Amino acid sequence: MGVFATSPESRRRHRSQQVAFAVLLAMTVLLVLPVLAILGMLVWRGAPALSLEFLFTAPVRGMTAGGIWPAIVGTMWLVGVSLAISAPIGVLAAVYLNEYARDSWVTRVIHLAIVNLAGVPSIVHALFGVGAFVLFFRFGTSILSASLTLAIMTLPVIIASTKEALAAVPMTFREACWNVGASRWQTIWHVVLPNSIAGILTGIILQVSRAAGETAPILFTGAAVFVPFLPQSVNDQCMALSMHLFTISTQVQSVPQSITYGTALVLVLLVVLVNGVSIVIRSRIRRRRKW
Amino acid sequence: MVVKHAKIAFRDLRVRYGDKTALEDVSLEVAPNEILGIIGPAGSGKTSLLRVLNRTLEQTAGAKVTGDVRIDGEDVYRMRDVSRLRRRIGMVAPLPVGLPMSIYDNVAFAPRMAGVTDRKRLEVIVERCLRQAALWDEVEQRLGDLGTKLSGGQQQRLTIARALSHSPEILCLDEFSIAIDPVTTMRIEEVLKELRKHMTILLVTNLVQQARRLADRTAFLLLGELVEVGPTEEVFGRTPRDRRTFEYVHGHFG
Repeated sequence: MGVFATSPESRRRHRSQQVAFAVLLAMTVLLVLPVLAILGMLVWRGAPALSLEFLFTAPVRGMTAGGIWPAIVGTMWLVGVSLAISAPIGVLAAVYLNEYARDSWVTRVIHLAIVNLAGVPSIVHALFGVGAFVLFFRFGTSILSASLTLAIMTLPVIIASTKEALAAVPMTFREACWNVGASRWQTIWHVVLPNSIAGILTGIILQVSRAAGETAPILFTGAAVFVPFLPQSVNDQCMALSMHLFTISTQVQSVPQSITYGTALVLVLLVVLVNGVSIVIRSRIRRRRKW
Repeated sequence: MVVKHAKIAFRDLRVRYGDKTALEDVSLEVAPNEILGIIGPAGSGKTSLLRVLNRTLEQTAGAKVTGDVRIDGEDVYRMRDVSRLRRRIGMVAPLPVGLPMSIYDNVAFAPRMAGVTDRKRLEVIVERCLRQAALWDEVEQRLGDLGTKLSGGQQQRLTIARALSHSPEILCLDEFSIAIDPVTTMRIEEVLKELRKHMTILLVTNLVQQARRLADRTAFLLLGELVEVGPTEEVFGRTPRDRRTFEYVHGHFG
């Protein structure tokens, strides 16, 4: 009998391997099921409500009929303005922290602050937004206040994801650049950023869906239950999909279910679309990977 | 031997990483256009010595340098423009580092960063450096390909070409043959013999025979101490000044 013949030991090992495989597979399926169930239900009950008219008209008759156009526009304003604030600040801060900052107690405090800020519940951000932007800076309840609140909420995550993308560029590349006399900034601009830009963008785009989905931070700072006109500037209040969904499903009586599910479906589709874009970007860069 | 008009002079050099000493009281001079071999077992401070010279050691957290380092009599640690200093020195690391860009851009990178934008001039530089590194014939037809897609030996020669691209006065090689085959190593050694006509070469190597083949003088570092430095034939001969040198170069430890 050779050494590779089956023994009771090897059969036992084979069986425990199969059990582990089955358990892991079951957990994975368990993970996917709720997602599929939610999506399925939304499509099933919400799809009939979807129409061009639903998408592009305002709600009427106390929001029991009509469309959701102002909410879509409002969400776009909020997401756009908040990311216009948090993305540049976050990326620049991450570049500083990862490429320039030396390890000192100051940077350690900053890291700690970022990690903790990322873990703060969104309702706390909301209260901070009310205190700081609405009242103290007197921006009032406006797109500006709400976007600033969302920006503060997304900032730590953007910093963290950007730092991770930067840190994924091998140190040897930087050293090779320094060795030939390139300055730190030249190294960052010509080698580090071009090779981490996809990761950075992915991190930012994922925050789009987070900013679009959150209700609490905009609840008291700029989103309104109903605004009869589309926002003209950042000083206006606006409607938002997440807020609208909350309102029509809990605050208003006798809203047809198709409208509620339709609104939820649009919100989810928007988020899925954005996440899809980030997946495409990521797979593009993997194919183009240069090292 | 005291070198007249030293190209490089280290005096009382001491390097610490936190409370660990990497180099202790090293005084060493290098003459223009010589090849100085630097041998010694791992952890002797050979790489630290090179990184002191181009001041990349400062970027290591906790590293502290004291003592005097001069190039052409000029104090390296008083120089304001570190980029200018680093352009005077070509550095080749143990493992080849192809930057994630084309072969052409790898070599054109340093001149571009130094402000050269003229295409014709860049093309001349790229061809000269790739020829000097004995790589031109193999890549002439595919300069646009990614540098990282070359074989290990080719990448190391690409690294050498890049180290030459800013026309350095000093070339530092840190165990350059660690990841490449003997034939390529021999080719690069021939290249070095040619290059010494134009520059001073510091050759850190863990292959003592490589130092013996190439170096005019050889320095032996052991645990941060400069045990001895002298003409290569003396260091490798029957009677080096220090017994430890004899034992190391004849393979009794290391």
